[in-house]
Amino acid sequence: MDPADKILLDHGSGGRIAHRLLRDLLLPAFDNPALAELNDGAILEVEGSRLAFSTDSYTVDPIFFPGGDIGDLAVNGTVNDLAMCGARPLALSAAFILEEGFPLEDFRRILGTMARAAREAGVAIVTGDTKVVPRGAADRVFINTSGIGLIPPGVRVASHRARPGDRILLSGSLADHGVSVLAGREGLAFQTTVQSDTAPLHRMVAAMLAAGGEAVHVLRDPTRGGLGTALNEIAESSGVGVLIHEETIPLKPEVAGLCELLGFDPLYLANEGKLVAFVHPEAAEAVLAAVRADPAGRDAAWIGEALAAPAGRVVMQTRIGGRRIVDMLSGEQFPRIC
Amino acid sequence: MCLAIPSRIVEIKDRMAVIDVDGVRRECSLLLLEDAAVGDWVIVHAGFAISRIDEEAARETLSLLREAAALAGGAPGGEPPAGE
Amino acid sequence: MATRHSAEYRDRHLVQELSSRIRRLSRRPLRIMEVCGTHTVSIFRHGIRSLLPETITLLSGPGCPVCVTDTAEIDAAIELARRPGVVIATFGDLLRVPGSRSSLERERAAGCEVRIVYSALDAVALARQTPGREVVFLGIGFETTAPTVAAAVLAARQAGLGNFSVLCLHKTVPPALAALTAAGDLRIDAFLLPGHVSVVIGRRAYLPFFERTRLPCAIAGFEPVDILQAVAALVAQAETERPQVENVYRRAVAEEGNPAAQRVLAAVFEPADARWRGIGVIPASGLEIREAYAAFDASRRFPLELAPAPEPRGCSCGEILTARKTPPECPLYGIRCTPSDPVGPCMVSSEGTCAAYFRYHDASAGG
Ligand code: SF4
Repeated sequence: MDPADKILLDHGSGGRIAHRLLRDLLLPAFDNPALAELNDGAILEVEGSRLAFSTDSYTVDPIFFPGGDIGDLAVNGTVNDLAMCGARPLALSAAFILEEGFPLEDFRRILGTMARAAREAGVAIVTGDTKVVPRGAADRVFINTSGIGLIPPGVRVASHRARPGDRILLSGSLADHGVSVLAGREGLAFQTTVQSDTAPLHRMVAAMLAAGGEAVHVLRDPTRGGLGTALNEIAESSGVGVLIHEETIPLKPEVAGLCELLGFDPLYLANEGKLVAFVHPEAAEAVLAAVRADPAGRDAAWIGEALAAPAGRVVMQTRIGGRRIVDMLSGEQFPRIC
Repeated sequence: MCLAIPSRIVEIKDRMAVIDVDGVRRECSLLLLEDAAVGDWVIVHAGFAISRIDEEAARETLSLLREAAALAGGAPGGEPPAGE
Repeated sequence: MATRHSAEYRDRHLVQELSSRIRRLSRRPLRIMEVCGTHTVSIFRHGIRSLLPETITLLSGPGCPVCVTDTAEIDAAIELARRPGVVIATFGDLLRVPGSRSSLERERAAGCEVRIVYSALDAVALARQTPGREVVFLGIGFETTAPTVAAAVLAARQAGLGNFSVLCLHKTVPPALAALTAAGDLRIDAFLLPGHVSVVIGRRAYLPFFERTRLPCAIAGFEPVDILQAVAALVAQAETERPQVENVYRRAVAEEGNPAAQRVLAAVFEPADARWRGIGVIPASGLEIREAYAAFDASRRFPLELAPAPEPRGCSCGEILTARKTPPECPLYGIRCTPSDPVGPCMVSSEGTCAAYFRYHDASAGG
């Protein structure tokens, strides 16, 4: 590593460069089997029961965006990380880093959102911490939440369990969160009515597992890095090929419009209330029905299938009938004109 | 080299327009386009309308193509399926 | 899903019709250069190569403004970014382009003010809002973008702004085409011409170039149907040996182009020699700000040392941009040079040939 190297924004983008940071620095530093699994949360065996344990820090600009704020993200994000392990969330912690001068009014509003989100998710925030740093040492407010959850017996979802023949389900329209945040970002001056999709998914997951049991092989919430990155991660850890069909992917017209205007690929924009599932075909219809019964899953659709080859690769059949490779996000997307 | 998107003008004030792309709205300058009107479809690049879409030309292009496609599709066996 | 004047051109039936028309017509091998990087991206993104017969080879040309921006010019932008009181405003495209030692993204990480804007007018607004700072807008792009930057200069002048200037890196397409074809060992049989540059300059602007080369040319839009229609036109021209400059993007491109945009461009800019990364200096292929607008010219306001910078060692961008090599033929491709860690400019811009190839290359060829 070059001593002049610094952390870039790209290191946090959830794409390939973030992966490299994880692989080269974090994994060797903390070296242990639970971490090496690289699931959304760690799975710990404790006296016969299996606990899921997950943590995430939240920074977002703007902190209030259409459809939510940083508080929703902090609660739902960790609830969802637990849910993607197949767990029922038990309790959350919340820690705040506040910038000197941050308006109390805004802080109060965020706490209110968090309390509401926790209530809606049916999980309590049971411990926390607050630190204040001098002006300029943080951007307004950063939140960390951690959570523990209980994995019911018989549930075995993990990102390496995708098998050729699995069908791939997306629980709703793509990239709503990413677009709502972008549109709200200062300076770009776009007006949309797209709202962030932030929502807790653990009830949907519980219904899916009740309907499909072990046939639900993989669950993943495609947050930073988007669907494209999530599918690549699954393809890599399961050693399967993934084929998706562009025209089956639900996408709101406004989301498509903003992506066209700014040159973004919706496959790489963040989602905060969506999941992608790899399901054995025998349980496919039952699982889809379970997802559609959830308000956050009404637009769920089958978007593709896992194949034996090309292992570790994601291929998309385009709307016009062509084929292309879908790689991981290779750096935060910037609005472009070319 | 130049991302430019078909958009509809929904409002004009001075030489600024509000354009709409599938429900996304933004201000856009009309300094580079003479006599644009509300309802026109224009091509927008980097915040400027640079061309008005010629509806007549668009219709012609598409109907010629559609005819050809219908002919090909309507005559089974006349058109060998595209090989892979 | 896309809007009107766009969704119709992604129709699978029309695409199939064009694809089989091309297969039916195409006999001899045809190497087509898509001059424009936005075509390159569209071709990859929609998987268009997988719809073409083996006789057709699509090659990416020098039409990515980021890719052809000289290293020394990026160094100049970085030097400006480091000056106290300066805010750089730029299209997002330039952020990751490596200069000889750094990039704007790295400078931003180190604390310089670098703002992404969607329009040059946004940079003018920024200057108005921050009277104590010098806002320098990085003017990149071809004839499509240059008039928008010229209009921003006019707006800044009208608003009496003293803290807005443009680092002018604009380039123009016809002189580059002429230079490409003047080099002896040309391996291009036909040109897919850039739709949105043509919106501004018009079909007419290509005629002198065409008269010299007599190679098939087609002006194309950016949707799959547009591109395939243009390919079909080029195949037909080549097979019948009746080359011309065919306008296949008639809904947007007029014979004379956009006169208002041409006037604004000519009011603020005048032609100048320009250095293209990987190609070298091409006479009269760039734009510079006219004397009358010197106050808005960053290179006059902030005298800069434009020390010629060597191109990154081993990078084949020059050969890629002139269709002498394909990305996998570059020794660095995919090994030392990837989109998250680019060596050459063709890997940086999302429309750069190497980046597009890396991201989307034909699935059937993938492994
Ligand atoms: S792969 Fe990288 S180094 Fe090689 S030509 Fe492309 S951009 Fe240059």
